[in-house]
Amino acid sequence: MKRRIFLKGSVAASTLAVAAGAGLLSPTRVLAAAWPESAFGPRPEAEALEAFFGSSDVVESDEVSLKAPLQAENGAVVPIKVMTSLANVESIGVIVVKNPAPFTTGLEVMGGGAGAMYSARIKMGQTSPVNCYVKAGGKIYMTSQEIKVTVGGCGG
Amino acid sequence: MASTKMKIKKSAEGGHDVMVLAKHPMETGLRKDKKTGEKIPAHFIKTMEFALNGTAVAQADLGTGVSANPLISIHLANSKSGDTITVSWVDNMGESDSAEKTVS
Repeated sequence: MKRRIFLKGSVAASTLAVAAGAGLLSPTRVLAAAWPESAFGPRPEAEALEAFFGSSDVVESDEVSLKAPLQAENGAVVPIKVMTSLANVESIGVIVVKNPAPFTTGLEVMGGGAGAMYSARIKMGQTSPVNCYVKAGGKIYMTSQEIKVTVGGCGG
Repeated sequence: MASTKMKIKKSAEGGHDVMVLAKHPMETGLRKDKKTGEKIPAHFIKTMEFALNGTAVAQADLGTGVSANPLISIHLANSKSGDTITVSWVDNMGESDSAEKTVS
């Protein structure tokens, strides 16, 4: 898992450097922005991270925790809760690796002491690792948990 | 048609937990109508904004991967009794709804 993330990260970082060098890179998304269309949809994880957080350099951290069932009976409604003890949380993102559209939901924090917790109910098509990312102080931290799904809930 | 409910709970760590239940089908656009075989168009909430006393504090970005009737909750550390919390959402078809509550 770690190696995979590292590889993805380094590949993305190098493309990022190229893009920045060519002056193609648009500034990081403005706060209170519109819906981040480029993060959603059938995009690979690294691309979604790049679109949502503006970077895909990720460190695993104990300060991010995911509370979710080990096994979900109904993939259409899987309750998840992301909690973090990190300060200055900027955004939170949830990615279900094996969903047709991996980037599931995110929270953008603008102030008021928000960001320590974010919970939602998500759909899962099949058993998959669920990765939670928290961006705080310019860095992205993550944690992951595999959720087993007995009945999928992505329609079709 | 649309109805959005909000619950504010005092949190043990200080501040409040804001829980929002929005009534929404959250269609992915991939499902087919069983009778006609036609695709049901995508219909989902895109953004949900939380405001504390009129100032935006957080925005949740949702997509088709969020379950029908989304139940979203966040923690606000700086809220106190008497504050007003407003939540409003907009979907991909331009529909919207909001709810407002005072922290007790």
